Amino acid sequence: MTAPTITERPLMLLSAVSKIYGAGEIEVRALHSVDFRVDRGDYVAIMGSSGSGKSTLMNIIGCLDVPTEGQYLLESLDVAQLDDHELAFIRSRRIGLVFQSYNLIPRTSVLRNVELPLVYQRVGADERRERAMHACELVGLRNRTHHIPSELSGGQQQRAAIARAMVTDPAIILADEPTGNLDTTSTLEVLQLFADLNSAGRTIVMITHEHDVAAHAKRVIALADGEIISDERRAPLDGPPPQPGIQTLQPQVVPV
Amino acid sequence: MSLFESVRMAVQGVLVNRLRSLLTLLGVTIGVAAVILLVAVGHGSAAAVQTQIEGLGTNMLTIQAGGRTFGRQASTSSSFTFLTMKDVATLENKVNAPDIKSVTPVVTAQSVTAVHGTASETPGQVLGTTPSYAEAKKASVTQGTFITSSDETKHSRVAVIGATVATNLFGGADPIGQTIQLSGATFQIEGLLTPKGTNGIQDQDDIVIVPLTTAQDLLVGQSGQLGQIVVEATSSSTVNAAQAEAQSLLQPTHQNTDGTAAFNILNQASLLTATSSNNHTFTVLLAAVAAISLLVGGIGVMNIMLVTVTERTREIGIRKAIGAQKADILGQFLTEAVLLSIIGGATGVVAGIVGSHFKIVGVQPVLAWSSVALAFGVGVGVGLFFGIYPANRAASLRPIDALRYE
Repeated sequence: MTAPTITERPLMLLSAVSKIYGAGEIEVRALHSVDFRVDRGDYVAIMGSSGSGKSTLMNIIGCLDVPTEGQYLLESLDVAQLDDHELAFIRSRRIGLVFQSYNLIPRTSVLRNVELPLVYQRVGADERRERAMHACELVGLRNRTHHIPSELSGGQQQRAAIARAMVTDPAIILADEPTGNLDTTSTLEVLQLFADLNSAGRTIVMITHEHDVAAHAKRVIALADGEIISDERRAPLDGPPPQPGIQTLQPQVVPV
Repeated sequence: MSLFESVRMAVQGVLVNRLRSLLTLLGVTIGVAAVILLVAVGHGSAAAVQTQIEGLGTNMLTIQAGGRTFGRQASTSSSFTFLTMKDVATLENKVNAPDIKSVTPVVTAQSVTAVHGTASETPGQVLGTTPSYAEAKKASVTQGTFITSSDETKHSRVAVIGATVATNLFGGADPIGQTIQLSGATFQIEGLLTPKGTNGIQDQDDIVIVPLTTAQDLLVGQSGQLGQIVVEATSSSTVNAAQAEAQSLLQPTHQNTDGTAAFNILNQASLLTATSSNNHTFTVLLAAVAAISLLVGGIGVMNIMLVTVTERTREIGIRKAIGAQKADILGQFLTEAVLLSIIGGATGVVAGIVGSHFKIVGVQPVLAWSSVALAFGVGVGVGLFFGIYPANRAASLRPIDALRYE
């Protein structure tokens, strides 16, 4: 497996990004002038307690929300300048989203769920099926494609969600607390999938509040009260992600 | 997203909550069925009235003595204004009146009681007339014979009776050959008229018909005055010509001192036109009532689509997060609304067509295919119209808000 090529242009570049909810007396500053750069091939874990602004950051880099102030360049495109149609296009082609609560469409088979991003890309039925089956195979759900989400365990549902995120072959996979609802075994399965995807050259940005989970990333960023308080590189950008294994899954203190 | 995918998602959406979908469908179904049925009932009753009026004879004109203004009738009437057998002869002239096929004099005896044994009744009409009455008035007999020319010449004491009279006097027994007393004179029943039912004003079967000559001898007196003259035109298209001819032939001998006609001509065709325009109004009114129920059905679709959109806000957020365009979401929910109304409309059409085979409040509905197409089209259109707002609301949700929705 070859190391991903590092380009001069960053994949994501946030300059002085702020997000303010409400106005006047009830104004809440969820993000406070954040500068943040992610290069192609990186595996970034964003840590922080609840209310630290990590979900807001995730929504902005996932093009689900726009910053109140500052600039966000995704592959040199200023997201603030894009209309709904273009944003939907970017979400469809460039970004794969994985959520804590899986967010599979209920009462709809795994295969159909995995196919859905391709439906919105207007990919033909045969090719769609083939690519969805391939994605299911990669996450080990080959035999579960016709089950509906409620018939699957949490780990299986999350693997289906990952299959859905990667089926469009996106440059970036964004995961918001992907292991938050999972037991240790399922957590390791999911993290192994992310490690494989990253080794294959995909950029991963993962939000978590667990240090053991963050230990699997190449770079760990800590967020508190809407500001970045630490940014630590744990493994080289062009190398494989660290493999801490189960024995390192123990509490750690974030360096301030 | 292809149409196939939209329909596939819409079908899934409809099937997720079957009972609710069914109830929503029902609103449209009832609306569409009501439009089809009520229009059919309107058409049916129009057709029934039309048949009744045609049964009176559409080629027929009725000439009665008296001015057009009923208030002035008494003061201006003179012996001139009476219709007599001379007038009948005038109208029978084929040269002066080429469009008149037959002329039938009719005398009406007032308040004559018919008696048979212990049974008695006062028929609505007791008429003296000639054999041509049968053809002009479309009065046929089910049993026996109508009055014949030989009855006229012989002044025979024979009578033809309607079904109501037969029932009242003879019960279920065969009246042919039996006798009845009219004003003390004995008449033998020689025919039973085919029932015509009511014309809306009187029971047309409550009638006794005797030869004109006999009636003048025994029932109305020998004044020579005729109650009315029934004129049959050669065809339904010559009715108006026949009316003009009768008017000009009678005018010289029958006019009031001020020069107006001292008689009036009742045209059955114009009565038909008036009735059918009444019926048209009736049908439109029924359709309007039904259209309101269709509208209510449409509002039901909108209501349920709004609930569905709210309920599936999170799903909409997920779809948008994985790349659905606004148009994709709009298409999905609009297709769902239209699908509901198409299924509802189709079942409504079936219900309407099946329902129109049954008699409703005594009217046999007549199905109008144009109303079927219209009701279905409007039903689907209503679904589309009322689906636009909820679908647009779904499509306009911001993915971040939709995803946060619990």
